[in-house]
Amino acid sequence: MNITTVIDKSEARRRRWEARRRYLKESYILWRRNRLMVVGTSIIVFLLLVAAIAPLLATHDPYEQILPDRLLAPSPDHYFGTDSLGRDIYSRVVYGSRVTLTIACLVAAISAPLGLVIGVFSGYIGGAIDEILMRLSDVFLAFPKLILAIAFAAALGPGVENAIVAISVANWPSYARLARAETLSVRNNDYIQVIRSMGASKLRIMVGHITPMCLSSIIVRLSLDMGTIILTAAGLGFLGLGAQPPVPEWGLMVSDGRQFLVDQWWVSTLPGIAILIVVMGFNLMGDGIRDILDPHQRQS
Amino acid sequence: MLQYILRRLFTLIITLVGIMVVTFFISLVVPLDPLASIAGPQAPQETVERLRTLYGFDQPIYIQFGRYMQRLLHADLGTSFQTGRPVLDDIIQYFPATIELATISLIISIIVGIPLGILSAVHRNSVIDHFSRVLSLIGVSMPVFWLGLVLLLIFYFKLGWFPEPGRLDIMLIEPERITGLLLIDSLIALDFEVFWDALKHIVLPASVLGLYGLAGIARIVRSSMLDVLSQEYIKTARIKGLNEFLVLTRHALRNALVPAVTVIGLTYGGLLEGSVLTETIFSWPGLGRYLASAFLTLDLNAVVGGTMLVALMFSLVNLMVDLIYAFLNPQITLTAS
Amino acid sequence: MTTQPLLSVKNLKVYFYTLRGVVHALERVAFELNRQETLGLAGETGCGKSVTARAILRLIDPPGRIISGSIIFEGRDILTIDEAEVRNIRGSQISMIMQEPKMSLNPVIRVGDQVAETLLIHDRSLNRRSARRQAVDMLAQLGIPDPTRMAQRYPHELSGGMSQRIMIAMMLVTRPKLLIADEPTSALDVTIQAQILALMQTLVSEIQTSVLMITHDLGVMAETCERVAVMYAGDMVEVGSVHNVLKHPQHPYTQGLLQTVPDKANPDQPLFSIEGNVPSLLEPQTNCRFAPRCAHVMDRCKREIPPVYNLNGDHQAACFLHDGSPEVQTV
Repeated sequence: MNITTVIDKSEARRRRWEARRRYLKESYILWRRNRLMVVGTSIIVFLLLVAAIAPLLATHDPYEQILPDRLLAPSPDHYFGTDSLGRDIYSRVVYGSRVTLTIACLVAAISAPLGLVIGVFSGYIGGAIDEILMRLSDVFLAFPKLILAIAFAAALGPGVENAIVAISVANWPSYARLARAETLSVRNNDYIQVIRSMGASKLRIMVGHITPMCLSSIIVRLSLDMGTIILTAAGLGFLGLGAQPPVPEWGLMVSDGRQFLVDQWWVSTLPGIAILIVVMGFNLMGDGIRDILDPHQRQS
Repeated sequence: MLQYILRRLFTLIITLVGIMVVTFFISLVVPLDPLASIAGPQAPQETVERLRTLYGFDQPIYIQFGRYMQRLLHADLGTSFQTGRPVLDDIIQYFPATIELATISLIISIIVGIPLGILSAVHRNSVIDHFSRVLSLIGVSMPVFWLGLVLLLIFYFKLGWFPEPGRLDIMLIEPERITGLLLIDSLIALDFEVFWDALKHIVLPASVLGLYGLAGIARIVRSSMLDVLSQEYIKTARIKGLNEFLVLTRHALRNALVPAVTVIGLTYGGLLEGSVLTETIFSWPGLGRYLASAFLTLDLNAVVGGTMLVALMFSLVNLMVDLIYAFLNPQITLTAS
Repeated sequence: MTTQPLLSVKNLKVYFYTLRGVVHALERVAFELNRQETLGLAGETGCGKSVTARAILRLIDPPGRIISGSIIFEGRDILTIDEAEVRNIRGSQISMIMQEPKMSLNPVIRVGDQVAETLLIHDRSLNRRSARRQAVDMLAQLGIPDPTRMAQRYPHELSGGMSQRIMIAMMLVTRPKLLIADEPTSALDVTIQAQILALMQTLVSEIQTSVLMITHDLGVMAETCERVAVMYAGDMVEVGSVHNVLKHPQHPYTQGLLQTVPDKANPDQPLFSIEGNVPSLLEPQTNCRFAPRCAHVMDRCKREIPPVYNLNGDHQAACFLHDGSPEVQTV
């Protein structure tokens, strides 16, 4: 009996899409079941919404200083009170979501692909290049991430863009290591051997086959890292190395309120709560994504 | 086993060289002309030029790097901009305070975190499990600097339970410096008033750092225990008639704690990181605060020296963790030999 | 036979309360095991053999629960005594060895100490050193070369066969009255299988232990057991001496099972398999569980649970085909 059927290209494509749809559907069902994950994702969706419609949600202009109204307590006029320059804290927190989101997304968009490419390349090519790249990432990893980010931020100068670069520099090595480890383990797969024997070039193998195999681990790692990225960014802001006044960055706002802590607690406390909630959201979502995607995760 | 240690030490040395190179280049990238800062904003251009020759900044890079390495080998880290003292002296001065803080924090994390993780795993989905998991989540999600401020606000400003930020009451005199660790030195000197005061001062900052560490430790202990408890050899232990407590401690824990040790070690490294922000808030005279202000004022020598030391410590901690793990896990030791 | 059986299981009912529903794992398992006898518990994967084994040691964890029944061991019902007493029995009176020996050993403790542990648990007066010595002696008895050095090894250094020997040592060192062997050789190479089985038989006769041999391999059963109990889907369908059950099976399931064994005399014959699938255990038993697949099925089989009939002496079968023979009372 002949168990091989011949199908044409469009049929093959159709079946691949079907398989992907089924995978996505199963993932969706798993997502729904995991309540904490749903909470986390809701928080993130909420954050995205707030950032998107910030102008509609804010009650005041986040940059407008009304000096007579300095350091007012929370009230119906100013939900979160005002800071030392008379600016409405609620509106600044709302607009601050944009800053936080921008930083987080850009860092992710830079460090993860960079790390992925370097890791796959290094792992697949091997040899001297691998050694050099890995020693390089080892050196970077020898520094605690926050310290490295602070160092580069200090060196590059204050500002949001520099902060983004600094955090990305501190972050890429972990992804590179991860991608390299995955590459090393799949490099000698029977599957890859078959593709090689069919004459595929190294580039094609790396881009078309190995990289997709590493993707899920990278995504899991990235979603678990998002919280740390945001905390690092806030830390930089707090130290004065990230966003500069008058940009409404949450870490910076906490730092601003430090001298008024005793009597006007809201200036520091409330932006900090925003950071806490967002980071919690990302951590929950990251945990959930890991439960769904991680191929190495044991079924409990 | 010995081979393994040697191999790791070799890698460490290479990494160290790399660290030095990186820190050197960081110092080069700094845009602010440090000479202008030294000379003062009013200084005419010739003064700056003369300073440049004096400090050797006009030499090609490789010569500068060579002299930098040379000085390093003589343990000369330059003079700190802010304090005017040699950086090495500054580091020796501030280093113990950070070690003290980090160690106490780690102890808190372990004492609370491990039992919490065990209870969580054994009584899965119970009240204590949920409490522990929520606590862990909050612990890793909280900005360290914010928590410090909130705790200060509540426990110092409002409630007055704990003293002001700092290491010791200004009225008290520090005991003779033997280890640099106030808690130990005061005990050696039998100065219980200082000991008690130092203890009170360390509680808040150590709790801040400790919460962060606790979260990570409780999580790994929980997941590790859950893993181990589902293994066949636990069933075997029960079949032998062993009581539940011994099954947990003698069989489960010994396996579950192995990955936890790794996390504990990494947590210690993470505490070094967190100390930068925590020390700033609590005015703790440690390496973290020194480093933070060095970065802010672009005190080059302090930046380079401090960063290098932190990186060195971090690498050493990681090496220790790997060694301890290899020691605990017979499978690694034996295959390496 | 006036001597009391060592183990007498009656009407054992075990259910598992899972998210998908209640799994009725065991419905009315009943059998007897005599002293110094090897009883085989046969049946395919999932029929409840392992659950029975664990129930005897009262090691059914939630979501499983022992609903009813009695397990009389040496005159006492294991299901009614308190926890401390059960722990006394485990390891010293009743032991169990399992399928995957390498996973059943603690990876961070030396194997010699693990064997000694069983002794130390049950004999408070014993000190460490003499326990270790006895452990080494046991290893020697199992034919392990250089037992003193072997005792210092860690489990991952051992092969599958060696690990199983350690397990056997660990479980027999206290000379229990009953050894439950749950598929002890299924994970081993065929050549090692024979060795381990022979070893077990030697030791068992030396120590005069009874064995409950759980297996799905009819060959192993024929080699090692004196009596056999056949299980299907949580129900006990046939019990008898090895000779009677294998040569003159009285239950259609046993008959079908024996037919699946390839016939060496006719190598070209197509392989036989029983039609149909094992029923889902989510429904409580209301009729003969084998009815859907039985070649001799009658109307009655689909409506009532067949009682266990006693056929000439020790041979019993739960099948309406034997209606007319005396029924065994399940009290």
